[in-house]
Amino acid sequence: MTIQVCAHTDEAVAGIEDGSTVLIGGFGMAGMPVQLIDALIRQGATDLTVVSNNAGNGDTGLAALLATGRVRKVICSFPRQADSWVFDELYRAGKIELEVVPQGNLAERMRAAGAGIGAFFTPTGANTLLAEGKESREIDGRTYVLEYPIKGDVALIGAHRADRMGNLVYRKTARNFGPVMATAATMVVAQVREIVDVGEIDPETVVTPSIYVDRVVQEVTAA
Amino acid sequence: MSTSNSLVENTGRGPLSKHEMAAVIARDIPFGSFVNLGIGQPTLVADHLPAGSGVVLHTENGMLNMGPAAEETQVDPELINAGKIPVTELPGAAYFHHADSFAMMRGGHLDICVLGAFQVSAAGDLANWHTGAPDAIPAVGGAMDLAIGAKNVFVMMTLFAKNGSPKLVAECTYPLTGLGCVDRVYTDLATFSIGQGRVTVLETFGITYEDLASRLDIPLQPAEPAGSL
Repeated sequence: MTIQVCAHTDEAVAGIEDGSTVLIGGFGMAGMPVQLIDALIRQGATDLTVVSNNAGNGDTGLAALLATGRVRKVICSFPRQADSWVFDELYRAGKIELEVVPQGNLAERMRAAGAGIGAFFTPTGANTLLAEGKESREIDGRTYVLEYPIKGDVALIGAHRADRMGNLVYRKTARNFGPVMATAATMVVAQVREIVDVGEIDPETVVTPSIYVDRVVQEVTAA
Repeated sequence: MSTSNSLVENTGRGPLSKHEMAAVIARDIPFGSFVNLGIGQPTLVADHLPAGSGVVLHTENGMLNMGPAAEETQVDPELINAGKIPVTELPGAAYFHHADSFAMMRGGHLDICVLGAFQVSAAGDLANWHTGAPDAIPAVGGAMDLAIGAKNVFVMMTLFAKNGSPKLVAECTYPLTGLGCVDRVYTDLATFSIGQGRVTVLETFGITYEDLASRLDIPLQPAEPAGSL
């Protein structure tokens, strides 16, 4: 299947439905697809569940999406930060649901979704508040917690470079959740700094192979 | 970690500043270790690793051989540490995605992590993610993964809270991060080793062993030279 190389971010987020689970890449602002999030805000989908490491920084990107009131629930590892005032206010006002997931379990739950794993036992979180209500099992003398996959309807991720088939290359620590989220959603949209012709990315350096990617759009650099 | 030396009482020196605590931890990290330094005070340990330590720093947002914090001209928003501070890369650095980064941790490949704490119990239970206060917004980040993943978990904290209550306790009253996971506790007043159901004092700073023992509500034992037990 060929991917859609979009001329505009509005085209890249077209069709995202109300009630969708949206995986949003980035660790803080590194790797966050801000222009795709802005397009999602214009697009207007509501009642969203957002899965991301954080719950927004400052007033842009994910924070701006939360500020629209169209996010019903956030699944993340670290919502509370010095600059997470948008989320903090919504949470304290009871206007948003929060599921806190240890960071490694968050990544692994999406990895499982993308890899066809039904559930997995992890030692992370065993015997803590975050394991309450979950099945635990002793394996080889150690306690593990059963965790289920997190599957997205859509993933919005940032990458450095794409070719026209959708192969992706990332840059430095902006890679973070991108490659995992790219495997875990029905529709995967990548915002990239540049789009190059097929053959221009060394196959040995491809991080996300084209099979996972549905749409790419080149980000607009500020004039 | 071996505890082959007998107790050292540094009564003329201490309590330690956070930089001095960081230096004590740096001294105890073996050559060539793969190490993760938690957000906040533990990052100070990096400043005290001697040249040629061979230590490779891991940051859970996907990098090995992380370098020092970036100078103003070096800042790259796509090169940050787990605290979201701009950092640099050293020759031999590698980048990887989040699932790999935490597989590396959970899979027992990291030698040491250094974490802050609200409380540590005599059994090595760690509480460092949540005060449990009803109005607090819970945020765990990578703390639970680090606590159970690294081969050796070092805690860096003051021994007493601001209200004077000890943070090394019989049982944690704050919600747990991990059970029985702490191996060493580095504080301003003493360094402790936890294992085999015992809390052993390795070193004191500005306090005698007897005074230290009288201020804590848990049984302690002084470190003894290997073979003397």
